[in-house]
Amino acid sequence: MTQTAPRVMQDEEDVLDVRNLGISFRTPAGEIPAVRDVSFRIRRGETLALVGESGSGKSVTSLGILRLTPKPPFCSITGQVLLRGRDGTVRDLASLPEDEMRDVRGRDAAMVFQEPMTSLNPVHRVGDQIAESIRFHEGLSRRAALDKAAGLLDLVGIPDPRRRLGAYPHELSGGMRQRVMIAMALACEPRLLIADEPTTALDVTIQAQILDLLRRLQERTRMAVIFITHNLGVVAEIADRVMVMYSGRVVEQAAVRPLFRSPLMPYTRGLLRSVPRLDFAGLGREPLAAIPGTVPDPLEPPPGCSFGPRCGGFLPGTCDAAVPPLEEARPGHQVRCVRWSALTGEAA
Amino acid sequence: MSSYVIRRLLQGAGLLLLVSMIGFAILHLAPGGPLSQFAAGGDMTQEDLDRVAAQLGLDRPLPIQYLDWLWRMLQGDWGLSYRDQQPVLSVIGSHLGATLELMLTSTLLAMMIGAWVGILGAIRRYSLFDGFATIGAMIALSIPTFWFGLVVIYVFSVGLGWLPSGNRYTIGDESLANRVHHLIGPCMVLALVSTAVWSRYMRSSMLDVIHQDYIRTARSKGIPERRILIHHAVRNALLPMITITGLHLPTLLSGALVTETVFTWPGMGRLFLDSINYRDYPVVMGILMFTAVLVLLGSLLADLLYNVADPRLGANAT
Ligand SMILES: Nc1ncnc2c1ncn2[C@@H]1O[C@H](COP(=O)(O)OP(=O)(O)OP(=O)(O)O)[C@@H](O)[C@H]1O
Ligand code: SF4
Ligand SMILES: [Mg+2]
Repeated sequence: MTQTAPRVMQDEEDVLDVRNLGISFRTPAGEIPAVRDVSFRIRRGETLALVGESGSGKSVTSLGILRLTPKPPFCSITGQVLLRGRDGTVRDLASLPEDEMRDVRGRDAAMVFQEPMTSLNPVHRVGDQIAESIRFHEGLSRRAALDKAAGLLDLVGIPDPRRRLGAYPHELSGGMRQRVMIAMALACEPRLLIADEPTTALDVTIQAQILDLLRRLQERTRMAVIFITHNLGVVAEIADRVMVMYSGRVVEQAAVRPLFRSPLMPYTRGLLRSVPRLDFAGLGREPLAAIPGTVPDPLEPPPGCSFGPRCGGFLPGTCDAAVPPLEEARPGHQVRCVRWSALTGEAA
Repeated sequence: MSSYVIRRLLQGAGLLLLVSMIGFAILHLAPGGPLSQFAAGGDMTQEDLDRVAAQLGLDRPLPIQYLDWLWRMLQGDWGLSYRDQQPVLSVIGSHLGATLELMLTSTLLAMMIGAWVGILGAIRRYSLFDGFATIGAMIALSIPTFWFGLVVIYVFSVGLGWLPSGNRYTIGDESLANRVHHLIGPCMVLALVSTAVWSRYMRSSMLDVIHQDYIRTARSKGIPERRILIHHAVRNALLPMITITGLHLPTLLSGALVTETVFTWPGMGRLFLDSINYRDYPVVMGILMFTAVLVLLGSLLADLLYNVADPRLGANAT
């Protein structure tokens, strides 16, 4: 799958251009293809939401972009991950030597993880943890880096930032820790921020605050954001475009409005049905229609469309013949389903 | 914090009492006794022996003897050695330095080598090095200390002539070089088990840590791998080692006893064995209590150190 296509991005505004990304793990049970043939682009100031059920490969995709997946031979990455750095040069992260990769991580692209409780080092003060990447990427002294860290804590809305520099993670609440994580990720003003379920572990009011913070910061810095979430409500609120993943593949990709208004893939429609809708709230609580069945075992995928066994529109002989291609149904709206036009009654 | 220390000290006192009772009982119920030493000397009549027994208070019932010993002990009177009538504490004191020297150097050696082997084994898990380290540690743990001591003497002293076969220094030459030269053999022997223990625990502690989320966070910041390893991983992985070192103290002490015997090292271990052979009850009991206190304080110290080293506990320690 490795291509030797030239490292050019079509658009100057593109920050990240992922082409045919494949990530597989070598386990005693066999090769697990966790991510297959994933391609997407993301522009400055844009937010791409990555959604899908547990195990669909969202985290692995995001970790793979920064090559934070286990080292070969335990994990192998194919395809291209083109990132435009701050100086405008385009580099393929999938094939970059490890030491150059370190310059990219935390500097051109940074990450916020789901678990604020365990993602900070318990034995170091949060100030030092934020200052660390500044010291390494910008060569500042500890003192200067701490000054900058205080500014960052202020930026992410932590009161009394000077004093908080000296706090240990356990002295902060979950929401505060996630703010610290965000400050840490923003330390070197990255062009790409990957947030892997940054609000899932927090309670609802704090979630809203963190989302608000991310949105404000993005307006300020025009960074591109990949936002991974289970929560389609959050997607509607924060994203420009949505990429739906199912068992390691992109199954639908579109701008937020078309995706919510007229989802084409049966899986996406199932996901949307399982979101609580405020406009139904008056009519007695309908139980959420979760999609019946479970995600297929990556070691024994069903033939053809991997959503087939759970799909209401499954047609033997058609759906299980081959893996459906990702098809451009409308401009900017891609779907991986051979029957989308038959099922939605739209002309292809 | 201080109430915790007080509680631990009270528990320790209870334990010491128990240790003293059991130790006293075993010692006095073992066949033979101090009198047989005098008897072996030859020309003492039974009356002489009875007189000595009465003098030493050995003719009284065992519980009375114990209570008498305990009462004196509580007043700070450790008694006199049967052998040379020296106060027990000063007898112990004159042997303490040698033992501490041996224990400290071998512990340092074990920590350095063991930590290094454990760390490397964890980050190159299942590598050739890790495999050899694992097998090596298993062998080290199953080798009897006295046997390894004899092998070291046989190879390095008798065979190669590189190391002295015993003692702390050559009489008349107390230079540092000479002392170090004498220390190498016993230090190596005593460090063997500790090194294996350290490498195993360090390896598992390190494996635990390198899979933590915060290591991934550190990696996502793009800092050098070496710094991630030392500043983020090892710093955390060392925390449980403080406890391990405290728990390992009794093993270390018993190892010292054997090592000192093999290398005729003039420490407490040798003193203990000699005193048992001589049925020098006050000294044996004295060493027993002294080492018990040492072990208890050691584990208390380890706990307190842990509280200092782990910021999560420092402030609100129980
Ligand atoms: N280190 C690994 N070794 C082997 N398989 C892995 C590893 N990490 C992830 N996988 C597999 O990759 C697949 C995708 O996992 P991933 O974590 O990306 O899911 P996700 O979409 O992020 O789910 P969630 O919503 O639960 O976070 C899963 O089937 C998982 O078993
Ligand atoms: S290809 Fe067939 S099984 Fe797959 S989603 Fe479309 S209709 Fe369902
Ligand atoms: Mg995930």
